[in-house]
Amino acid sequence: MAKNKRDGSFYINPYLGGVLLGLVLFGTYYITGRGLGASGAVKSSVVSAVHTVAPVHADNNKYYSKFLSDDASPMSNWLVFEVIGVIVGGFLSGTLYGRLKFKIEHSPKITNRTRLVAALVGGILFGVGSQFARGCTSGAALSGMAVLSASGIVTMMAIFGSAYLFSWIFKKLWI
Amino acid sequence: MVGPLIPMGIIPETWNNVIALLLGVGFGFSLEASGFSSSRKIMGTFFGYDFVVLRVFFTAAITAMTGIFYFDYMGWMDMSMLYINPYYIMSAIIGGIIMGFGFALGGFCPGTSFTGVAIGKIDAMFFSGGLFIGVFIFSELYPLFQGIYNSQNLGDAKIYDLLGMRSTVFAFLLIVAAVGMFYGAALVEKKVKKVDY
Repeated sequence: MAKNKRDGSFYINPYLGGVLLGLVLFGTYYITGRGLGASGAVKSSVVSAVHTVAPVHADNNKYYSKFLSDDASPMSNWLVFEVIGVIVGGFLSGTLYGRLKFKIEHSPKITNRTRLVAALVGGILFGVGSQFARGCTSGAALSGMAVLSASGIVTMMAIFGSAYLFSWIFKKLWI
Repeated sequence: MVGPLIPMGIIPETWNNVIALLLGVGFGFSLEASGFSSSRKIMGTFFGYDFVVLRVFFTAAITAMTGIFYFDYMGWMDMSMLYINPYYIMSAIIGGIIMGFGFALGGFCPGTSFTGVAIGKIDAMFFSGGLFIGVFIFSELYPLFQGIYNSQNLGDAKIYDLLGMRSTVFAFLLIVAAVGMFYGAALVEKKVKKVDY
């Protein structure tokens, strides 16, 4: 292959990437009976952290207490292990294709500082939204679409539809 | 072996976390290798200069869906045993819109931000940190949101039932729509000015 695969610029064909991701998702359903996820692991960590710091507060809060049971720690959640795997898998791919580097990526029109503030606020909003929708792009939208659930399709359209509109408002952040 | 394997008791529960880790590795690898560790590559879908998200997302969805329907049809997997996220109409739509807002500002979604963290993207680390804060805010303010969060529950409603279609007809139309979008994306990409990132 003429192209240097290790300079960080090589990505696999997106349709191949989609088939790989689809097979992983199918395998997840076939083996475990549930889909993939990401925000659920964050929720488990937050529930666990709050329960450790302020156990009475966590027990009294109607949201945390949904996910607290006497026999299992909320950290022993399936998604926590899956997300540890996601980080390992991302690291492996990044190593293979030469992309390991500390970097802040943004449009030349904005500063690093603006980018980091926008990223933090974006993360906060995504954290809030994923709790309303009972899952994020992975757990609600993608996994839901694979089984043609109404929640999956509706959440997918809401995420991408609003992201499309808002991205033009915040165009300067990107291009 | 009739799936799903763990709920059927074919693979013991104790393997659950090991399997979670391995499937996660496959998930993270597919995302990073496709370019989802880069926020500007992801955002290309909304501006038309790189449709990688559209291609990967819909290819993955129809691949997994086809596998699930085929295995169910052949009797290799009992689809009725799969976990379906319950459909709370208002909460799903409001959550999706808030996530879309966060997407446009942050350039990642949770899963993709974790792969960004894995390769050293500092913006992805800030996004991921924000997720924890966001979940904490939601949880603390839950009494305010409780009404919306628990209203209009349609349970494990399927999209084809709501539309009054047969599941196979809807699945076929979804595949046709995806192929149509892939074709349209290629046309738009040709017209839009390239962005260096």
